[in-house]
Amino acid sequence: MSTAVLQSERAQVLDMRANIRRRQWVDLAFGVAGLLALLFALLTLLALIIDLAMTGVPRLSWEFFTNFPSRFPERAGILSAWVGSFAIMITTACCAIPLGIAAGVYLEEYASKNWLTGLIELNIINLAGIPSITFGLMALGLFVYQFQLGQSILTAGLTLGLLVLPIIIVTTREAIRTVPNSIREAAYALGASRWQMVWDHLLPYSSGGILTGVIISLSRAIGETAPLITVGALTFIAFLPHPPVMAEFPFLSFQWLKDPFTVMPIQMFNWVSRPQPEFHVNAAATGVILLVMTLVMNGIAIWIRYRFRQRLKW
Amino acid sequence: MLSSIFLSLFMSFNLHAQSTIKIDGSSTVFPITEAMAEEFQTSKKGAVRVTVGISGTGGGFKKFCRGETDVQDASRPISLSEMESCRKAGVKYVELPIAYDAIVVAVNLKNDWMTEAAVPDLKKMWSPEAQGKVTQWDQVNAQWPKEKLKLFGAGSDSGTFDFFTEAIVGKAKSSRGDYTASEDDNTLVMGVANDRFALGYLPLAYYEANKAKLRALPVKNAEASAKVKSVLPSRETVENATYYLARPIFIYVSEASLKKPEVREFTEFYLKNAAEIVPSVKYVALPAKAYTMSLEHAKKNRVGSIFGGKEPIGMKIEDLLKREASM
Repeated sequence: MSTAVLQSERAQVLDMRANIRRRQWVDLAFGVAGLLALLFALLTLLALIIDLAMTGVPRLSWEFFTNFPSRFPERAGILSAWVGSFAIMITTACCAIPLGIAAGVYLEEYASKNWLTGLIELNIINLAGIPSITFGLMALGLFVYQFQLGQSILTAGLTLGLLVLPIIIVTTREAIRTVPNSIREAAYALGASRWQMVWDHLLPYSSGGILTGVIISLSRAIGETAPLITVGALTFIAFLPHPPVMAEFPFLSFQWLKDPFTVMPIQMFNWVSRPQPEFHVNAAATGVILLVMTLVMNGIAIWIRYRFRQRLKW
Repeated sequence: MLSSIFLSLFMSFNLHAQSTIKIDGSSTVFPITEAMAEEFQTSKKGAVRVTVGISGTGGGFKKFCRGETDVQDASRPISLSEMESCRKAGVKYVELPIAYDAIVVAVNLKNDWMTEAAVPDLKKMWSPEAQGKVTQWDQVNAQWPKEKLKLFGAGSDSGTFDFFTEAIVGKAKSSRGDYTASEDDNTLVMGVANDRFALGYLPLAYYEANKAKLRALPVKNAEASAKVKSVLPSRETVENATYYLARPIFIYVSEASLKKPEVREFTEFYLKNAAEIVPSVKYVALPAKAYTMSLEHAKKNRVGSIFGGKEPIGMKIEDLLKREASM
C-alpha cells in the first residue's frame, strides 16, 4: 500500500472521530436542555408547594376539620366542605365506575368493529377533552331543571361522574388490551363463555390498570370547581348532610343525596377572595389538604399498579 | 319482599325534611348574610338550616324571581327588568336596606401627584370614550407625569361596577373596557399596590384590610379647581353621607317565603342584630332608626322597591329613611 492511501484512510478515521465527538456533544446538550426543562417545571411546582405549606400548615389543627365556616377566621373550619367533597366523591364513584368499566369491556370485548363503534370511540376520546364547565351547563339543564334533582349532592355526583366517565372507559380499555390473547383463547378452549372469561380472567388480570384509572379520575374530580358552581354549589353551609344510617327501619337513608352542598375548592376560593389576610391563611391550609389528598390518591394508584405488575407473570 | 325494601328506601328520600332557608345573590352582601346565618343557626340549635350562595346580584335575582330562593342579597336596588320578571312570576318582595358600602378610589403609595379625586377627572379616565385614547396620566391633567395610566376595577357582573359607572360616568354599566377587571378584589389591591402608575376602585372593606399598601384618595363631586372640600372615605363620612361614593346594600325577602315562620324569624333576627353584626364584618351600619323602620316594613309585608330601578347615588340616610317612611 502506498503512503497516500494510508494517509487518506487516517484522515477518514480522524474525520469520523470528530463526527462522533460532535454527535456526543449534541447528545449531551440535548440531555442538559431536557434536564433544565424538567427542573424548571419541578422547581416552580416546588416553590408553589413550599409557599402554600409555609402559609397553610401552621393553621392546620383538629378544629379546622371539625368546625363549620364562620365569620371569625380563627374559628372557621372546613367540616361542611370536606364532608361535601367526600359525599360527592362517593356518588361520583358509584355511578362512574360500574358504567365506565362496563362500557370499556363492551367496547373492547363485545362490540363488533364497524363504523358505529368507531364513531362511539371517537366521541369518547372527544368527551375526555371537553372543558368541565360544559358538563356543568349540561347538568344544569338536564339534572337540575329537567329531572328536578335540584342543587343537590346527587346532581353534583352525577355531573362529575359524567366528567370522569371517558377517562375510566379509556383506561379500562387500555388495561384490558394488555391481557394477552392467549389467556382469552385458553379460557375459551376450556369451555368458558365470554362472560366467564371476562369475569374470571380478564377483569382480575387487568384490575391494576383499571383501578389506577379510576383513582386518577377521582383525583381529578376532587379538584373540580367550575361544573359544581354551575349546578349551584353553595358557599356558606353550616350543617351536614343527613346521615346515611338511621336507627329505625330500613336503617339506610338516602336523604343525603338530596342535600345542598359545598366542596373544598369552593370554600378555598371564597376565603381567597376575602379582604382579611387571616382568611387567606385558611385558604392556604385548605389548599394543603387538597394537595395532600390528591397526592395520596395518586400514590395509591402507583402502588396498586406496582403490586399488580409484580404479581402477574405471563 | 325485595320490592317493599326498595320502596321504603326510596320513601326515606322525603322523610324528616328540616326547614331550609335558601339565600343567594351578591358577594358584597355575602359576609353580612353569612354572619347572620351563622348566628341564627347557632341560636336555633340546628333546627333551621340556612344556605348562602354567591351568584352575584344579577344572577341571584334571576333565581329569586323564579321563586327558587327565599332571600336575595343585593348590592344595588332591584332593576326595572328584574321587577318585570318578578312580577311575571308572581314573586312579591320586601326590600330591606341593611348596611352601607363605600367604594374607595385608591392609588399607589409612591403616587405623589394625585392628592384628590375629582369626579370629572375620574370620568375622563373611565368613560367609554376614553378607551384606547386616554392612556397616559398627562392626558387627564397636564401637570401629571407622562407615564402609562394603569387602571384596575371591578368586573362587569358586580354591583360595584354598576354603581361606580353610574356615579362617575353617569350611566350604569357604561365604562371603558381596556382596564384590568377582576371579580376578586384582592387582585385589584395587588395591582394597585405593585405599580406606581396605577389607579383602581374597590370596596371599603378591602381598602381597610390593606391600608398599609394603598392610599385612598379623597373624592369630590366637582371640578378639581372648584373650592369644594374633598372627602376621604371612612365610617364617619359614609354615615353622614358626605362621602360621594357610598351606597346602601339590601336584602330582598320573598313575600311568599315570609309566610314560613322560619323565614320571618330569620328576617327579624337579621334586622335586630344588624347594628351589632354589620360593623363586625367591616361594613358601615345604618342608624338604629333605619333598622326599626325596616322591621316595621317586614312585619307589615310592605312589598315593592322605593328606587324605581335607579342607583341611589349620594343619598343621605335621612333621605333613605324618608323614602322608606313614605312607602
